[in-house]
Amino acid sequence: MTGLLIITGTILLIALFALVYRILALVNIAKGASEKRVGYSNTVNGFLFIVFFIVGFGAFFWYSAKAQYLPPPSSEHGVVTDNLFWTTTAIITVAFVATHVLLFLAPYFFRFREDRKAHWYPDNTKLELIWTVIPGIVMAILVITGLLEWNKIMAPAPDNATELEIVGKQFNWMVRYPGKDGKIGKYDFTKIDGTNQLGMDFANDKANFDDFTPREIHLPKGKPVKLNIRARDVLHSVYMPHFRVKMDAVPGMPTTFWFTPTKSTADMRKELNNEKFNYEMACTEICGNSHFAMRMVIVVDEPEDFNKWVTEQEPWSKQNKDYISSLKLKDVNLADLEK
Amino acid sequence: MSAVDTQNLETQVHHDEHHDHEHHEQSFIRKYIFSEDHKVIAKQFLITGIFWAVIGGVFSVIFRLQLGFPDANLEVLRPILGGWITEQGKLDQNFYLALVTMHGTIMVFFVLTAGLSGTFSNFLIPLQIGARDMASGFLNMLSYWFFFASSVVMFASIFIQTGPASGGWVIYPPLSALPKASLGSGLGMTMWLVSMALFIVGSLLGSINYVTTVINLRTRGMSMWRLPLTIWAFFLTAVIGILSFPVLFSAALLLIFDRSFGTSFYLDEIYIDGEALHNTGGSALLFQHLFWFLGHPEVYIVLLPALGITSEIIATNSRKPIFGYQAMVLSMLAITFISFIVWAHHMFVTGMNPFLGSVFMLLTLIIAVPSAVKSFNYITTLWRGNIVFTPAMLFSIGLVSFFISGGVTGIALGNSAIDIQLHDTYFVVAHFHLVMGSASFFGMMAGVYHWFPKMFGRMMDEKLGYVHFWITFVGVYFVFFPMHYIGIAGFPRRYYSWTNFDAFNMYADLNMLISIAAIITLSAQFIFMFNFFYSIFYGRLAPLNPWRSNTLEWTTSRLPGHGNWEGKIPTVYRWPYDYSKPGAKEDFIPQHIPHYETLESNLEHEKALEEYDKEVAKEEEIHISSHSH
Repeated sequence: MTGLLIITGTILLIALFALVYRILALVNIAKGASEKRVGYSNTVNGFLFIVFFIVGFGAFFWYSAKAQYLPPPSSEHGVVTDNLFWTTTAIITVAFVATHVLLFLAPYFFRFREDRKAHWYPDNTKLELIWTVIPGIVMAILVITGLLEWNKIMAPAPDNATELEIVGKQFNWMVRYPGKDGKIGKYDFTKIDGTNQLGMDFANDKANFDDFTPREIHLPKGKPVKLNIRARDVLHSVYMPHFRVKMDAVPGMPTTFWFTPTKSTADMRKELNNEKFNYEMACTEICGNSHFAMRMVIVVDEPEDFNKWVTEQEPWSKQNKDYISSLKLKDVNLADLEK
Repeated sequence: MSAVDTQNLETQVHHDEHHDHEHHEQSFIRKYIFSEDHKVIAKQFLITGIFWAVIGGVFSVIFRLQLGFPDANLEVLRPILGGWITEQGKLDQNFYLALVTMHGTIMVFFVLTAGLSGTFSNFLIPLQIGARDMASGFLNMLSYWFFFASSVVMFASIFIQTGPASGGWVIYPPLSALPKASLGSGLGMTMWLVSMALFIVGSLLGSINYVTTVINLRTRGMSMWRLPLTIWAFFLTAVIGILSFPVLFSAALLLIFDRSFGTSFYLDEIYIDGEALHNTGGSALLFQHLFWFLGHPEVYIVLLPALGITSEIIATNSRKPIFGYQAMVLSMLAITFISFIVWAHHMFVTGMNPFLGSVFMLLTLIIAVPSAVKSFNYITTLWRGNIVFTPAMLFSIGLVSFFISGGVTGIALGNSAIDIQLHDTYFVVAHFHLVMGSASFFGMMAGVYHWFPKMFGRMMDEKLGYVHFWITFVGVYFVFFPMHYIGIAGFPRRYYSWTNFDAFNMYADLNMLISIAAIITLSAQFIFMFNFFYSIFYGRLAPLNPWRSNTLEWTTSRLPGHGNWEGKIPTVYRWPYDYSKPGAKEDFIPQHIPHYETLESNLEHEKALEEYDKEVAKEEEIHISSHSH
């Protein structure tokens, strides 16, 4: 019923529109075509560009001042890349405004007048050179500063970095920590099943036995952290907005990203005055229908709390003794897992 | 030299004779459907492009409803979308992704590649270089019909039960390779790939024709440096297309093999749906490299024709020569070249070697320089002009504005360190929708308003054009400018809803604003459609040269027939931008006016051409009389 109403309404509206248009067109014909080359609309259009300029840029600056962006970065490199971003934004805003002053004001001032002739000005090599070279130099500066930081971020992680593994699958994240031996055990995708979701290869790597797989990510504040990222089925992308971290998870091609968190969850709660604040991890590579729901909470602890948390975690193998025994590994004594 | 000249004369005589014999009536089917006339083919591309633009636009509004009004009950849409509206009255998540994917595919390929480049390259190349038609009318016809077949397949895919492809327009495998991974990766994806394969064939046939025609069929006097910038743009676009589309074709072919024949080009170590796949040794990144090797030049395939059209329209309506003609050509050449070596800036955080990232960052920021030069030249062309605001001119100014506002954010995104945070957020969406989407769309609109009189022999209504422009211009800024804020706040792309995350649980107001603006902007396009179709039949009859323009197409009759010029093809004596030349009687001197007829306005270095033009004209005269008996 509503559908029918909408359709009827639309048809009536279109008919009305066509009718008004036809009448106006006929009135125009009756009045006779205008003799002038350019009508009054020319001035109106020129003027509208000025109005648009003032209102548009007014709104731009007004809203930019009050917009809610992400809070300041909680990682070391994030501070630098944020600075790079805001510096770049300042530069491009200047270019944006300056060109638009010319672009939106020129139309009105140079609108058509019968008695005037446009200025013949086909080229000017000097001018062309200036506006080739200046953007060139600005680009060069931006590139170099960006490049230096990029190389630092992408350099190999420091040896003392806390490692963890992040695995993306449709549609959630899984994480694994190395346990006491400090080594993340090897995996084999053919070993994946309903229980061993990560495909930990217990037969070939004993380092798997003390690995634990918590439900949320814990990171130590002020210490470098290295993420070993992989995916099980399709592409995913690890995105930790507050840490300015992003790296794709690719099936068959492990990737890494390392960074240093600088603010604990408690620090952030105080800073934002929000008791419920949590760091989050999201997926930014389209991965299927629940792509938007791949959330995992990240907790940044003071280093001592983090260490305490690590010792409290129970290894996966201990939680899944049935699975381990079903593997029938010769050299593994189930009783050992209790220790 | 004389030998060459005689040869030229002979071929031309032959051509003209051939033309004379062709004055028999063609059947309706040969004239309007399987036509080999470039003008008819151009109109076919245009109408098909408009058809797709409506679908692409409506799709975007449907998913904007979801994003702007997440709590709304969309039961109203059930008559159209059927089962894609869930029982709770929500948009189905799979279908949301399908809409996003189809919106991208349709807009990039079907509207802005075929609808823009297909229309105007076809229509303008022969008319502006002074040729009777394309080098091969038959291939040109095939080009459209391959595109048509591709459209049919893509259109059909919208209606299948599992829905159209839904892996994003970039169709990254493994998602697109594994039917189990997503509803749209089944039959929908197969149809997508078939459709795109057909599309590429059509595009290549067209491009080869454009390049051949521009190189070989220019009229006498039309040297490369006298080509209108439109033709330069179409020519370079076609070159880019020829070099890059085959790579997409190969990427699609390998994907078809992975999907259907058990190969592992892109697949490795995959466990899905309770089963470890046998595929090993492939690389998901390989696809991304192949895809973006087309994908990035594709941006310029879409943009360059729009820039060419704008150059022509801004010069004509500013009544001024385009500023820095040579610089404009050189910057387009530079863009053409550099567009092939920047593709991996789409892949900074895909796990690609970071050193490669550094190289591509350097190359990417270089391409900003010729783009900057072009914008400055547009503004200088406006400066001290005598500007006539035709609707085409308004859309051209709008294009320059989008080109700048969308272009500058590319400087942030091209910086790999900054891109870590911004990659795949709404900042990227804002960036490319302005610089490539809206700018090219405005170029297309400008082109339609400007060349409508030549296409259909009638004028479009100016006032409706103004209304259409202002609503669209303001609307587009309201849609895409707020996305920058949302992007800086970190909102990821292709999200059905953001409310799962505390970090993204804001800006509901801004998203609503965007959606409302999108609906208004789309509605305004119906004003255009009305104007367009109404004017085809009832518009005011067009004068021969309504915009007082210099290029050759305005020397034809009101509605040029087969062969374009009734008599002989005009000879060209000058470049196309002699507007408001000092001393000249009028504020424009068309390209076919010889210098000996404009003694009062000839510049110092043109004095020598007065004699030369006389000789050329005499030769042409002889040629005609020898032909007429």
